[in-house]
Amino acid sequence: MRKERSVIPLILILASAAFIFLMLALPLLLILVESFRAGLDFFAAAISDPYALKALQLTGIATVSSVGLNTLFGLAAAWAITRFSFPGKGLLTTFIDIPFAVSPVIAGLIFILTFGRISWLHPFLSAYDLKVVFAVPGIIIATVFVTFPFVAREIIPVLEARGTEEEQAASLMGAGFLTIFRRITFPHIKWALLYGVILCTARAMGEFGAVSVVSGRLRGKTNTLPLYIENLYDEHQFTAAFAVSSILVAAAIIILIARNIVEYTAKKDEDTNVR
Amino acid sequence: MYVELRNINKHFAGFQASKNVSFGIAQGILAALLGPSGSGKTTILRMIAGLETPDSGNIFIDHVRVNDLDPSKRGIGFVFQNYALFRYMTVFENIAFGLEIKKEKKSGIRERVMELLALIGMEDLEKRYPAQLSGGQKQRVAFARALAPNPRLLLLDEPFAAIDAKVRRELRCWLRDMIARLGITSIFVTHDQDEALEVAGEIILTNHGQVEQSGKPLQLYKSPKTSFVARFIGESVIVDDYGLLKGFSPAANAGQGHSASGAIRPEFIRIFTDKGSLRHENGTEDAVVESLAFRGSFIEAGLRLKNMLLTAHHSFEDAPIAVGDQVKVLIYRLYSFSGNQVKLVTNQYVMEHGNGYDYVI
Ligand SMILES: Nc1ncnc2c1ncn2[C@@H]1O[C@H](COP(=O)(O)OP(=O)(O)OP(=O)(O)O)[C@@H](O)[C@H]1O
Ligand SMILES: [Mg+2]
Repeated sequence: MRKERSVIPLILILASAAFIFLMLALPLLLILVESFRAGLDFFAAAISDPYALKALQLTGIATVSSVGLNTLFGLAAAWAITRFSFPGKGLLTTFIDIPFAVSPVIAGLIFILTFGRISWLHPFLSAYDLKVVFAVPGIIIATVFVTFPFVAREIIPVLEARGTEEEQAASLMGAGFLTIFRRITFPHIKWALLYGVILCTARAMGEFGAVSVVSGRLRGKTNTLPLYIENLYDEHQFTAAFAVSSILVAAAIIILIARNIVEYTAKKDEDTNVR
Repeated sequence: MYVELRNINKHFAGFQASKNVSFGIAQGILAALLGPSGSGKTTILRMIAGLETPDSGNIFIDHVRVNDLDPSKRGIGFVFQNYALFRYMTVFENIAFGLEIKKEKKSGIRERVMELLALIGMEDLEKRYPAQLSGGQKQRVAFARALAPNPRLLLLDEPFAAIDAKVRRELRCWLRDMIARLGITSIFVTHDQDEALEVAGEIILTNHGQVEQSGKPLQLYKSPKTSFVARFIGESVIVDDYGLLKGFSPAANAGQGHSASGAIRPEFIRIFTDKGSLRHENGTEDAVVESLAFRGSFIEAGLRLKNMLLTAHHSFEDAPIAVGDQVKVLIYRLYSFSGNQVKLVTNQYVMEHGNGYDYVI
């Protein structure tokens, strides 16, 4: 008995460590090694290439705007779902999860159908000279779509667990919506919100499938970093592809660290303020 | 009447939570909304506060109809069942919140909060967060927070439910004295009859969304209007046919063919341990002691009498009794039911010697 007890944890620990090393750590390490293979100068040239910079800028724009929009949307949806009862509430809750269930490529196709040449919206869009598909707005819309559950999904359980009585107490004293949100609701959800924003950022930066369909992949115009990396790869510029990838890897590591800090701080905050 | 509800009805998705609820409370009174779980007490309280809207009926506060008045303008202080203190604010900030919303001056707020902290005896805890307080302290902070903006009506939902028995007794007396001192009209919800009987000046007893009876505690205790009230208040034992007992004849109020059911409270029964102390001898019955339970200041005895099992209280000052003992028992009175009606019936043999059940408190 005793022996068994000490062997099983060891096996489990070793197995998971080996798995993580082989599947996650080693590939990431190889990317960094590969990207510096041709020397620092080549690395610098690869990541300062105008197309690379343009792609970085576009990824930045798509990430910032989708995180911004989804934060607003996530707050509104989470508030509505946990604070009001209305017809179609169950449907709304289910719809939030759709991006998790639908393949990103299909999401991309949906937007081609909605805003592209075949859409009945097309005459309207072209009348006002609005370009959505194969342009920046399309990229933003596709990124918003694939990332929109993150913020709402993080906040809803927190709001649900907490109940509405504190808000009712404040509103009975005459506090308005903004005061209640700022002084009572927000302090409670801020860590969950930040956590959702971090996950959303990570996902938005790396989005490939949906964006690849709607963007049209015009180099220097509608290429985001992941698309640009694939372009380089297709053209057999492996070292350059790895160099540009290292930007995304670095961003991912920063996000991971931020996530851990948030988790740690939130837990400490929770210990002092909840129950 | 300072607070008045007239014919209030309220449905939740097909379920009727309030049925024709009407009652009134005079100014300065501490009233209790008492009733079993799910009887609609919280619903009534929330409708008075405006947190819930009645389907029909009118609510008046100080003779003004408040149905359409915004909850924050009704001048109500509300203490929630689990206090609902603002977790991310200190005790001071919690109490100050309502005053800040009213845009009062900083110095004025500080003064009022300090005054309330002194009132609840928590001056030194102003910087604590709710999570760092005991249940009783949280309750007092919730009380102070509700009082801060000077409400004209204080509503408390099960204010003592989450507190352990000993502190609970202390706290309810504290609350009664505090409310008497401030003279603020208050309504509290409870399902604990001891709490209501001890603290309230007026009890509104609810069952299945209806008001069964309202009145002074002693009035409800002594003269229950419905069989529900007679069963709910006190620790009554229900008997199916009290006609079998000496000194009680069912013919008096139960119609022909009706079983004469009724309720007997423990304090209606007296156990005699020796012949010398026997009173109203003709009315006494023989009973066997079936069980004994220690209840603190008295012994609760289960008595087998004919085919009935009754409960009586026995004093430590009387000669001790043991399980299996044959004892003489006198039943002074009982509540007799006919339909939903209740009548207090006194043992005929006792009546001959006058009735001692007419205290006025
Ligand atoms: N928001 C609601 N939606 C549906 N039903 C409700 C709602 N609020 C209360 N009810 C129902 O109305 C009835 C009365 O509820 P209420 O909370 O007033 O009871 P209560 O007397 O306060 O009970 P307790 O002592 O358990 O708190 C219950 O059967 C409850 O299920
Ligand atoms: Mg209740």
